[in-house]
Amino acid sequence: MSLRLVSAALLCVAVTVALAWAVLDRPLPEENLPDRVAAAMPESGVDHPVTAVLLNFRSYDTLLEIAVLLLAVVVALALREAQPDQPEAMGLDNPLLRAVMAWLLPLILIVAGFLLWAGSYQPGGAFQAGSVLAAAGVLLRLAGVTTAWLDNATLMRAGLALGLLTFLGVGLLVMIPGAPFLTYPLEYAGTLILVIELTLTLSIGLTLISLFRLTPPYADDPDEAREQAGKTP
Amino acid sequence: MPWLDLLLGLTLVVTAGLALAARDLFRAVVMFIVFGLLMALAWVRLHAPDIALAEAAIGAGLTGVLLLDTLGYLRRPFGSRVDKPGKHQ
Repeated sequence: MSLRLVSAALLCVAVTVALAWAVLDRPLPEENLPDRVAAAMPESGVDHPVTAVLLNFRSYDTLLEIAVLLLAVVVALALREAQPDQPEAMGLDNPLLRAVMAWLLPLILIVAGFLLWAGSYQPGGAFQAGSVLAAAGVLLRLAGVTTAWLDNATLMRAGLALGLLTFLGVGLLVMIPGAPFLTYPLEYAGTLILVIELTLTLSIGLTLISLFRLTPPYADDPDEAREQAGKTP
Repeated sequence: MPWLDLLLGLTLVVTAGLALAARDLFRAVVMFIVFGLLMALAWVRLHAPDIALAEAAIGAGLTGVLLLDTLGYLRRPFGSRVDKPGKHQ
């Protein structure tokens, strides 16, 4: 065994031991957080503790998460190869997929809507609904369906930024009566959270779709590509 | 169901190992998707259905799609590349 292998193995063992030690030696939590969340639930405006934590008690974290997502997609846009998008080149040319999509699409949209709505009282929410929306976009893309509104760059970018802007806007709006940033007034909390989640769902869905769509299309000229493939070993 | 949980945990470790050790990239991606779906089951067993939903949709589904897409991009002939010629394996 070479020195590199030995040192890599030693490093792996050391990290494993450190991880095990960290897990076994963690300090006991000083406060019982689940109990505190349960006690504060009436002030949250929703009935599901996870949603309450994500969008009310710790909404600042979620706001930053959305900002990071937006940043990631902006970088992906910037790194994209400068060439026109070719939806038909991405499609699988599969009539069965097209036919099935006609049945599946309404169902997928209903599931996304349900997940979004369910987020206020049971597992679900913006992230899950957004990724289901994105799955619909990916399937449409694979079926070779052209979506003109997705190719409209201005509209697409507005959609990508909508979630973060609404989140920020709501956070700033509640400061007008004098509340701290992102502290929703009790009587509007449920509505505000639903509005934020609705726009977040759209933006997250669009973000994930664009990450998939931004990958460069396959061969520009099939004949030339085949010729090149024949030359290379 | 301690035995089922043990089996689930072991399968997770095995699929993770297979995904890492696979020489064929396509096999590795498929193993990664299998790992993601089993991970979603593990989250359900840990009473975290929110994370299970996100894991199944994003971890297994969309990441899998993105990885497969990248694989297709890596395998396409390099004559079609617009800007710069690269190494062909």
